[in-house]
Amino acid sequence: MAALLQVENLHTAYGLSKVLFGISAEIDAGECVVLLGRNGVGKSTTIKSIMGLLTPAQGRVVWKGQDITGWAPHRIARAGIGFVPEDRRVFPELSVWENLDIAARAARRPGHWTMDAVYDLFPQLASMRNRMGGYLSGGEQQMLTIARTLMGNPELLLLDEPSEGLAPLVVDMLLEKIGELKRGGLTILLAEQGLEFSLALADRVYVLEKGTVRHSGPSRELREDRALADRLLAL
Amino acid sequence: MELQFIFSQFLSGLTTAIFLFLIASGLSLVFGVLRVLNFAHGTFYMLGAYIAWQVVHWLSPSKEAFWPAALLAAGAIAVLGLLVERLMFRYLYDKEELYQLLFTYALVLILGDAAKIVWGTEQLSVTRPPVLEGSLRVMGTLIPEYNLFVMILGSAIAVGFWVILTRTGVGRMIRAAAMDREMLGALGANVGWLYTGVFVVSSFLAGLSGALVTPIKAIVPGMDVEIIVEAFIVVVIGGLGSFWGTFLGALIYGQVLSFGILIFPRFSIFSVFALMAVILIVRPWGLLGRPLR
Repeated sequence: MAALLQVENLHTAYGLSKVLFGISAEIDAGECVVLLGRNGVGKSTTIKSIMGLLTPAQGRVVWKGQDITGWAPHRIARAGIGFVPEDRRVFPELSVWENLDIAARAARRPGHWTMDAVYDLFPQLASMRNRMGGYLSGGEQQMLTIARTLMGNPELLLLDEPSEGLAPLVVDMLLEKIGELKRGGLTILLAEQGLEFSLALADRVYVLEKGTVRHSGPSRELREDRALADRLLAL
Repeated sequence: MELQFIFSQFLSGLTTAIFLFLIASGLSLVFGVLRVLNFAHGTFYMLGAYIAWQVVHWLSPSKEAFWPAALLAAGAIAVLGLLVERLMFRYLYDKEELYQLLFTYALVLILGDAAKIVWGTEQLSVTRPPVLEGSLRVMGTLIPEYNLFVMILGSAIAVGFWVILTRTGVGRMIRAAAMDREMLGALGANVGWLYTGVFVVSSFLAGLSGALVTPIKAIVPGMDVEIIVEAFIVVVIGGLGSFWGTFLGALIYGQVLSFGILIFPRFSIFSVFALMAVILIVRPWGLLGRPLR
């Protein structure tokens, strides 16, 4: 059976500066795949190219056998790909409840994830449902963005650097929650710089460097061979 | 000054304010959500007035022609708004502000001239609908029933507007689109159609205001530019993109104009400009607006 998502030879640029030079990757249903690499190697650009927020100059994005390259982001979201942006981007002047409500309305994909279900996953959000998004802490905003995307009942979750800029305790909590989502059967594509965070979740990794795939394989390899991991992630 | 006189000035200011609110709220909403300052908004208002006159003219001598005329005018301007947004405006959203302004200004010139070709340059007028021909005496002051009707309708639209924006799903989506269009799209919302909807509603209100003003003011070429300048002052005072700011700005504008006439009889508009200048210096983002990032 073909992969759930296939990324074939993506070349993407911001104006004249090229960022991706032929990225290819695959994700099967139920997998957690990590795009690992330092800042500026093209992790976010890959995710945004999948989501339709950037249009690749070359290459294809294939979702369940259908070529979705060049689709508008809202069509891609409605097809079942959920996007959690790196800079969180909660709607600051909407309450927690309103942030979640519009996400459900926007995606129009009813399913397991309802308001109650995301409050169960993140009980903290339930206790601050009337607080404005802009008044939440970084960690709370990160929970809200994940919960918000879940409201669209995605089949694939694109998580762009969820641990960035958060306190270690909050990162541990997120790790646990994302692990819970994974065990619940959600397919996850995670962009991440942190090796420990990645290895704790990943089934497979793609190590990116300067817009290309430097290495790909099961995460077990990197877990067992730290020298290899160090070499791949060194500049 | 007598209390009764002050009250009648207050009421006349209030009538002005309600009209200005109906127009400026659309201007402000389109700016707040679409981030385009639509100069042609005043032109939509003027065309609403001309179309209302035209329909009344066609239906004459029917006495009750005003009501269908007002609705038809508002509907026609909504359709015009739909066409302008779908066919032209949407290509401007990611362009520089200068291009947006030039485009909407071009619309002002083209549609303004088109109106002159169709309706000429003579003053046109529409009589008050017979049901509202009379006047009511409130606190010793005679108020035309029609003005009272406009005040009530305008207030109802303001409240309705606010309820929709704050209490309904579509209102939440509109507010979210104003905050982060791209993110809302990535969550699955078709923001393009949301923009179209906002533009059409704003055009409808402009057309409706134009139709409603015809029993009070003569229809003349140039009323488009006059009203857009006034609407700009209102949103500058209140804060562009702020709903209650627009309401407050319109109230202040109406009262300052109404009482300014007593102080500077020949330069009543001066007091409004002076107020705007002070606000621009002290609080450039308007009374209830907020500084742009």
